[in-house]
Amino acid sequence: MTETDVKVVYKRPLGFTDRTTHYCPGCTHGVAHRLIAEVLEEMGELNNTIGVAPVGCAVFAYNYFNFDFVEAAHGRAPAMATGIKRTLPNKIVFTYQGDGDLASMGMGEIVAAAARGEHFTVIFINNTNYGMTGGQMAPTTLPGQKTSSSPLGRDVETQGYPIRTAELLATLDGAAFVARRSLHDARSIRNAKRAIRTAFEAQKQGLGFSMIELLSICPTNWGLKPAAARTWLAEHMLPYYPVGDFKVSTAVSEMKIGGN
Amino acid sequence: MPPKGWVEINELYCKACETCVTDCPTQTLALDMSRLTVKGYHPAHMLHPENCIACGTCAVVCPDAAITVFRGVRPGDEKGGEAA
Repeated sequence: MTETDVKVVYKRPLGFTDRTTHYCPGCTHGVAHRLIAEVLEEMGELNNTIGVAPVGCAVFAYNYFNFDFVEAAHGRAPAMATGIKRTLPNKIVFTYQGDGDLASMGMGEIVAAAARGEHFTVIFINNTNYGMTGGQMAPTTLPGQKTSSSPLGRDVETQGYPIRTAELLATLDGAAFVARRSLHDARSIRNAKRAIRTAFEAQKQGLGFSMIELLSICPTNWGLKPAAARTWLAEHMLPYYPVGDFKVSTAVSEMKIGGN
Repeated sequence: MPPKGWVEINELYCKACETCVTDCPTQTLALDMSRLTVKGYHPAHMLHPENCIACGTCAVVCPDAAITVFRGVRPGDEKGGEAA
């Protein structure tokens, strides 16, 4: 056989720089980054995209992508993305936010942006804690889950209940596409990629606000090996945070996506 | 039967999280405990290259986009050989 018979099934996406990420081994931030880079590459939008990085573990996301990026104050990525998208409406604009950034500090920003129906996409990473600062309890921490600031487990009597962000934003009329996906196995990752593609296509066609919540692991702060953390996600997070599409506007459901 | 493909793992990016090892459906991959990368990790490698079916599952789950998957016969393939 000659070399021409060889086909590359998978390679590192063009949307990535050559830098190694600072994420812990096994962290699904890297998977989420890769899916975004792959989707933008498939859509041919790598040179037409502006990302907004959050505060949190993904604060250095701009180092890893090959396209334009800005860095927002904690939780304020939706406000920044609003300004960018309104002044540069032909650009693909997305924010990449964790649960400490989006569901805690920036809950007001994200709700307002979704209610206004801003035409950008939000990639929301839910790993049930504040990863960067040492695994403190976040609004998404599960009842009874032990974190560094809830060492006896989250007590819902004093600390309240976790927020299901996707369901919450789906109630807003401005939101066109709101879905939750998981990143704990290959099949879920493929589904997540399809959802991200739908969200970016919806934005490209001007159909309104879109958000994808991605359930992620945090092996370091959960104190688990990556494989065990993925099992933990499937066993504990999926029952509380079911995957699915929570808001699909009529326009999005009728949208045609090439090669998907 | 010859292997249907092979993978190359970029050791600059591999952090030995073992996600590919756990998810490989044919038990092709394992961590190479005899070597360390420049970052100090035992990199994943093809322990049983003859098993590879080039399904790409390892690359799909890899958090660091370290894996390139090829389908076909590796040029100058010596059976059981290590990736260059």
